[in-house]
Amino acid sequence: MNGDSGNKTMSEALVSVRNLRVNFRIDKRTTFEAVKKISFDIPRNSTVALVGESGSGKSVTALSILGLLPHENSSVLPGSEVLFGGRNLLDLSQRELRDLRGKEISMIFQEPMSSLNPVFSVGFQLSEVLRLHMGLSPGQARARGIALLGEVGIPEPEKSIDKYPFQMSGGQQQRVMIAMAIACEPKLLIADEPTTALDVTIQKQILELIGDLQKKHQMSVLFITHDLAVVGEIADFVVVMRDGEIREQGAAADVFERPRDAYTQALLQCRPQLSRRAQRLPVIDDFMSGHPVSYADAPERQRGLTGAEPIVLDVVGLSKSFYSREGLFGKREFKAVHNVSFKLAKGKTLGLVGESGSGKTTVGLTLMRLHEATGGKAIFDGKDILALSNKEFMEYKRRIQIIFQNPYASLNPRFTVGHIVTEPMLIHGIGGSEQERTNMAFELLAKVGLPEVSFYKYPHEFSGGQRQRIAIARCLTMKPDILICDESVSALDVSVQAQVLNLLQDLQDEFQMSYIFISHDLAVVKYISDQVMVMNDGEIVEMANSDDIYLHPQHPYTQRLLSSIPRGWEGAHPKRA
Amino acid sequence: MSAITIPHEHEVSPGLWALAWRRLKADRIAMISLAIVAFFVAMMLASSLGLVAGDWSKEVGTNYATPTWFKDDVAPPPPPGTPEGKPQDDPTVQAEPHAEGKGAEDRKDESSVVDPLADVLKEVRTETANAVQAPVVARLETLPFGADKWGRDVLKKVIKGSETSIFVGLASAVVAVFLGTILGALAGFYGKWIDDVMNWFYNIFTSIPYLLLILAIAAVLNKKGMFTIILILGLTGWTGTFRLIRGEYLKHKEREYVRAADAIGASNTRRMFVHIFPNVSHVVLVQISILVVAFIKTEVILSFLGFGVPVDVVSWGSMLNEAQSEMILGKWWQLAAAGTTMAILVTAFSLFTDALRDALDPKLK
Repeated sequence: MNGDSGNKTMSEALVSVRNLRVNFRIDKRTTFEAVKKISFDIPRNSTVALVGESGSGKSVTALSILGLLPHENSSVLPGSEVLFGGRNLLDLSQRELRDLRGKEISMIFQEPMSSLNPVFSVGFQLSEVLRLHMGLSPGQARARGIALLGEVGIPEPEKSIDKYPFQMSGGQQQRVMIAMAIACEPKLLIADEPTTALDVTIQKQILELIGDLQKKHQMSVLFITHDLAVVGEIADFVVVMRDGEIREQGAAADVFERPRDAYTQALLQCRPQLSRRAQRLPVIDDFMSGHPVSYADAPERQRGLTGAEPIVLDVVGLSKSFYSREGLFGKREFKAVHNVSFKLAKGKTLGLVGESGSGKTTVGLTLMRLHEATGGKAIFDGKDILALSNKEFMEYKRRIQIIFQNPYASLNPRFTVGHIVTEPMLIHGIGGSEQERTNMAFELLAKVGLPEVSFYKYPHEFSGGQRQRIAIARCLTMKPDILICDESVSALDVSVQAQVLNLLQDLQDEFQMSYIFISHDLAVVKYISDQVMVMNDGEIVEMANSDDIYLHPQHPYTQRLLSSIPRGWEGAHPKRA
Repeated sequence: MSAITIPHEHEVSPGLWALAWRRLKADRIAMISLAIVAFFVAMMLASSLGLVAGDWSKEVGTNYATPTWFKDDVAPPPPPGTPEGKPQDDPTVQAEPHAEGKGAEDRKDESSVVDPLADVLKEVRTETANAVQAPVVARLETLPFGADKWGRDVLKKVIKGSETSIFVGLASAVVAVFLGTILGALAGFYGKWIDDVMNWFYNIFTSIPYLLLILAIAAVLNKKGMFTIILILGLTGWTGTFRLIRGEYLKHKEREYVRAADAIGASNTRRMFVHIFPNVSHVVLVQISILVVAFIKTEVILSFLGFGVPVDVVSWGSMLNEAQSEMILGKWWQLAAAGTTMAILVTAFSLFTDALRDALDPKLK
């Protein structure tokens, strides 16, 4: 999309949301205001990005446009209006809405894997939409279905139409979802985080596809996302939401180049940028408290290896295969990790990037001995930790620790935070008494920035970022030499991500821990790593100092990965001045 | 930091159990059914402590005395068994059995050998009535729930019977769920050959028709009694729980929090029981309450079939068994009393179980 798109006026609105208020009932007495009286327009033939972090009410807004809110516990308050073609969609009956959905307004969701019905072929699901809304005969529907699949870039559409969803990759499934959504030439396409669950390279393709289709079909797109960088390239208008309110809205150029609201500024600044490495990432509190820090002004942090650093972990030829039974006696081998060798320097970070299925997580789990290695050595403290017996390994176990991806799943919901943090000390006999362990737990909680009362609370009372801090505190109790961060910030909102990344860097400075930082997010890996190792299909593709790999990628796979990073506004619209 | 001692009064946050209890409290049906269940349990405890219905086996009424509130106009009015044909509403009558009940001990043997046949019974009764010069016992014409064929108060029998039925239900459910949980946890957590062995065992157990299995074990044990029934039900009832808990463990052992526990060095046993168990305990709880209901019913069936409690013990099942022959005579109140009480308890318990599951796992709803 080019710069002149910002000149479109708001007057020719396709959809006007006016004073929308949505309440959720939590129990008999308490309700939660998910959307607090917001108004915005979706102009014809343009893309509006609805940006916000989790809990901002962006998805609720989209669902209320389509009348898809759960009836049991939510209510749209009187006075709200969603005007579409002269009608208030909120007043329509379910029947009228059903006619509208899929035909005039359609939607694509975050998880293509769960949005497609696994027991029907793609063609069946596609032609169902066509027959329902367009009244096509089965033959016509099939022909149109093939054309649509071709349009969304599915290879060999004539064959693919008879495939089942599980026979397709995630990216292809999302393309099928898009094909279904545009099948009836809708006027409005609502895309709810359509690329969040996909790899970067596929994310880029899907973004381009949505952009192309928007132009070709002259439709409007409401693009919902938590990541401003994603929409920089395709949005004409941006609406920024937080806590159910609109913080800022306007033409994309204005919002990106001259953000007026502190929150928008923070969102733009707290993502690591590829150009340089700030000592600390700006965090949202800086902006909300009125002391904005520009990413560009922060002091630069030096990363990279000289080759003289002491090595803490030497991995040689690490392999891990999974076997699945095949036939009566046969088994099929799947090489998740194949012949991976690397050295981890003390106090440094090794970034591990790759797309899903590249084996990066398996490397981490195998080093922790949560998976049993098929081959290879890992020399730590002069011993091959992969060859030790379970009992012998116990001593080393505490020195290599891991922080998992999902902070909602990695803490036992039935334990208090105090219990979670003191448990490792109990197991490893750290701290002489209950009292001593409790005191140490308080110290660590303070260190990761949690108040003392957290000790007595349960994980469900904390936000994602706070939970990840708890997980970090749990690891710190054992004073590990190596900390494996397995997608540890991927599930967090961008603002929270910045805080956790800052915390990880502070702790590294203080304790000289070595990190193995596993992530699919190249910008984050670039920011935090001294060295980067790129993996594909279980093998190392390229390994070099972080800055080198980003400036001069050698391998084509690395180059492809790097070119897929969403460039945000700056990347897509280099300053013309 | 060493100055930190156990800190000042901190607010204890509600754990998941506390939250579940809150949700349960907000559910009106749950609270009503819980109250009913609690009432029954209280009744059971009171009777086992001998506070109520300790004298259930005393014959305080006439044979087949009608319920107080029931005017028996279908059947001929019962002959005046007691010397003075007392009017139903005479208040002095109510006080009499309690006052004189204890003196009636000697009459017990005599009437327990009485032939149940109605006409003979009538004869005997009139004979004794005429023969007795000083009636030590004034037998009541009517009792709140009527009387059985020996004149025992049905209300007291029901109360005493609840003691057996509920205790058998609770105890055998605990035994069955305990077995099922332990076996399921081992099978699900360790997998591999342990899982295979357990599953074979499970399949063998479930391939035998349930009642036949129970009857077979009962025949082998060859000893009637409450503990035999508990043992039988416990040994046969673990299968469903086993499958459920096994599935839960299969699911949970792959969860990140269990991985995390593994990473910090928690042993297998610790992961299995300290980490996973609290997270599946709601399933266990719901299983117990489902099985209590099932086992109360099974005990009734067993006793009804004559495999249950011995004759000197009363349970709802044995009452129903007696009622079988009474029904022919049109004396329905023992059946009604035992049946209704059981239905109320079972329904309340089932409703409570539903509410409990919703409260413990609100996402399921």
